[in-house]
Amino acid sequence: MKTLNNFTKGIIKENPVLVLILGTCPTLATSTSVINALGMGAAATIVLLFSNILISALRKVIPDKVRIPCYIVLIAGLVTAVQMLVKAYLPDLDKALGIYLPLIVVNCIILGRAEMFANKNKVFDSAVDALGMGVGFTFALCLMATIREVFGSGTFCGIEIPVLIDNHVSILTMAPGGFFVFGLLIAAMNKFAKHKPKKTEFGCAGCPQAEICGKAGCGDVKEAAEND
Amino acid sequence: MTKLIIILLSAVFINNYVLSKFLGICPFLGVSKKLDSATGMSLAVIFVMLIATAVTWPIQTFLLTPNDMGYLQTIVFILVIAALVQLVEIVLKKYMPALHKSLGVYLPLITTNCAVLGVTILNIDEGYSFVESMVNSLGSGLGFFLAMVMFSGVRSTIEGSDIPESFKGLPVTLIAASITSLSFMGFGGVIENLFA
Repeated sequence: MKTLNNFTKGIIKENPVLVLILGTCPTLATSTSVINALGMGAAATIVLLFSNILISALRKVIPDKVRIPCYIVLIAGLVTAVQMLVKAYLPDLDKALGIYLPLIVVNCIILGRAEMFANKNKVFDSAVDALGMGVGFTFALCLMATIREVFGSGTFCGIEIPVLIDNHVSILTMAPGGFFVFGLLIAAMNKFAKHKPKKTEFGCAGCPQAEICGKAGCGDVKEAAEND
Repeated sequence: MTKLIIILLSAVFINNYVLSKFLGICPFLGVSKKLDSATGMSLAVIFVMLIATAVTWPIQTFLLTPNDMGYLQTIVFILVIAALVQLVEIVLKKYMPALHKSLGVYLPLITTNCAVLGVTILNIDEGYSFVESMVNSLGSGLGFFLAMVMFSGVRSTIEGSDIPESFKGLPVTLIAASITSLSFMGFGGVIENLFA
């Protein structure tokens, strides 16, 4: 039961993108088409799964003081491996994702899960948590990409949709459309979500940099997500 | 010279990192609420972008590429940036306490700012020379500064307005970012034609 809960919480209740507001950069940038969103989601999920497993396995070895640099090195190594695999087997995806593939290193979902979950829990639980969060990330990306691709280019996964193909709103696939659709989705989430995450558990507060961030006058993102 | 100006201006206006490439969205949404913190954060970003480029470009050109180790780019760059930020913080604390006081709190945040890692990797991908890379980094930093400062103005206006309940907070901020980004699209093609 607990295992199931660890998995499902990442999909809706604690969705990393729509509820925790983490990983906004890749979400906005790669959600122009469903194929790209799936590729980005899969790549990030693989990195997240292995980083959670490794960090959880090493949680007693890594000294507390230097844990963040250790996590970054581990994550960077994993991202490099994924990058090489994508380059070798999916060159088209590599071209489409471009710079956003190496930038998975600085995706706050991965560092955030390492800090919030993997360094306190057993290997198996961390793996399940990573899968849940990864699926939640992919789900949110695909949701955004579907809206942007169907209305922005009039296609779905490259298949043309009659009527819409002649009446597409191409601004949705460009930068302003990304911000706009993301804003609407979060507003919809605020409207319909029954569960409200507690302040201390999620979002910025659980982030490894929350303390510094708070001093810098940040933390508005967290408040923004919760003050309704 | 013309090429350098084109690189600088297009990095500031057309390929604005925040508004058209979606890099550095977290600080953009998080720190842009007040003008003084927006300015401090952006100055720290410009500073780190410049030194990060000054260090990573020679590493890539003289160390990684000749030894056929280009695949190590991601891991080397992020480590260099992280170490550099730490070093800068220590140096500033010792020799320039005033500057450290105003920029210090923002520095550790920048390690995981994707705009900094992004600019160093993009400089290599675009095949820029050292000078061009530095100019591009300066332009990207200035673009970030411009977006942050403009947007903090937009946000202070939003604060006082009557917004539907479910749009309060982040959603309306994103819609405002969308409109700001739309206005930046107007710069497309202008810079190239200026010098054509």
